[in-house]
Amino acid sequence: MKRALDTLLPLIVAILFLGTWEWAVAHWQVPVYVLPGPPAIAKAFADNFSSLMAALLSTLTVTVEAFLAACVLGIATAIAFSQSRLLERTFYPYAVILQVTPVVAIAPLILIWVGFERINLALVIIATIVAFFPILAGATLGLKSADFNLVDLTRLYGASRAQILWRVRLPTSLPYLLSGMKTAGGLALIGAVVAEFVAGSGTATGLAWRIVESGNRLEIATLFAALGLLALTGVLIFAALSLLEWLLLRRWHESALSGKS
Amino acid sequence: MIALKGIAKRFGSIQKDGGTEALRDLSFSIAEDEFVSLLGPSGCGKSTALRLIAGLLEPDAGHIRFAQDRPEIGFVFQEPTLMPWTDALANTRLPLDLKGVARSDGNVRAAAALARVGLAGFEQAYPRELSGGMKMRVSLARALAAQPKLLLLDEPFAALDEITRNSLGDDLLRLWKEDGLTVLFVTHSVSESSFLSQRVLVMTPRPGRIAEDIALPFGRDSRLSPATIEAQRAISTALNTAMAA
Repeated sequence: MKRALDTLLPLIVAILFLGTWEWAVAHWQVPVYVLPGPPAIAKAFADNFSSLMAALLSTLTVTVEAFLAACVLGIATAIAFSQSRLLERTFYPYAVILQVTPVVAIAPLILIWVGFERINLALVIIATIVAFFPILAGATLGLKSADFNLVDLTRLYGASRAQILWRVRLPTSLPYLLSGMKTAGGLALIGAVVAEFVAGSGTATGLAWRIVESGNRLEIATLFAALGLLALTGVLIFAALSLLEWLLLRRWHESALSGKS
Repeated sequence: MIALKGIAKRFGSIQKDGGTEALRDLSFSIAEDEFVSLLGPSGCGKSTALRLIAGLLEPDAGHIRFAQDRPEIGFVFQEPTLMPWTDALANTRLPLDLKGVARSDGNVRAAAALARVGLAGFEQAYPRELSGGMKMRVSLARALAAQPKLLLLDEPFAALDEITRNSLGDDLLRLWKEDGLTVLFVTHSVSESSFLSQRVLVMTPRPGRIAEDIALPFGRDSRLSPATIEAQRAISTALNTAMAA
């Protein structure tokens, strides 16, 4: 019953919202180049299905590549920090600087350095920068959260640093890391979109480019279709990472046991 | 089996704020197969002494000598200190894994250790599925899995209810007799030490050292036998004297 309500209530809200939208557009005769109604958007989606899917694939490829790169770099950096306090003290401020500097401000530089002929690499780098920090922060906190007594116990049995890392620190860090990954998944998508915006039309071919292009041509229905696709992609990324989290933590971690995360 | 002589240990910086002097001139020895309790008030350095013996800390002064080479040591903390992400069998197998024992052999030995503490059938249970007492039994099984000669226990039953505590105490006595272990048992419970151990070392408040070394008489075959009650009286008197000193 509770599960049914979880699905039913948002669905009712969606139907009411779309119904009111369509009614308002028809009632006030809003021009289609300002705000098209849901059926017009659905039609634009169907008409442009193959080109929108191609754009989605392009954005999704950048997002996934950036997310994976952020995972590898974030976890590797966090492991390096956990092994050397000196390293952490030296480089953590720079990670923070990278995080707080708006990526829109760095993006033009990266595009110039990498070159417009390698636009996809530039997009991946920009999106990676955006997604990197939550993974670093989560993994660093997690690796530090290992039970001191458990670490001592492994030392008593002659464990090497690598063994302590593998057997105690990494498993301890998993809930923190997965939480960081959920944030980073959404950020990788945002980073990919921002990077496409900065790259401008004519170079990038993703959904952000479709949004800019549709806006320029006053094809607002197509713009909404691209926007909806982007939002849906974000939700699916979050859902996929939540599923991964549940699969890995369901046997032992409170967050997965209570059914919340 | 083991002798501590003139051990001193301070935490923090003496220049900065004086630090905390945990132990000063701590000396005692334990014979092979003996069951000794280290008793004292909270913060007197009992746990520090245990960690020094385990080699997890280095003394500032004094030395720790073993009769032969450093024996295989088992350690049980006040908390179960289990890995929540894996089952009881893998938790028990940890020392064997770290020593490079083959997985199949390790599983057999870990399962045997679990059976010895009354947890046969719980190999696949995760820590969160076990009660406080059962988790402590897994912790004890893990300490036994590597077949230690010296077992160090740091107030292992302090967080448990009395029924569970007594039951675990009985099991510990049985395992000590069966395995010919040498046991050093840190506690602040007079009744626990009076029943379990052959000798009780009473420590002073911080900086800790041995105030009194009490050899307990035979005949303490139950927690309420006259000999046990008499031992409790002797230990309490010594503890009061140590606290007042």
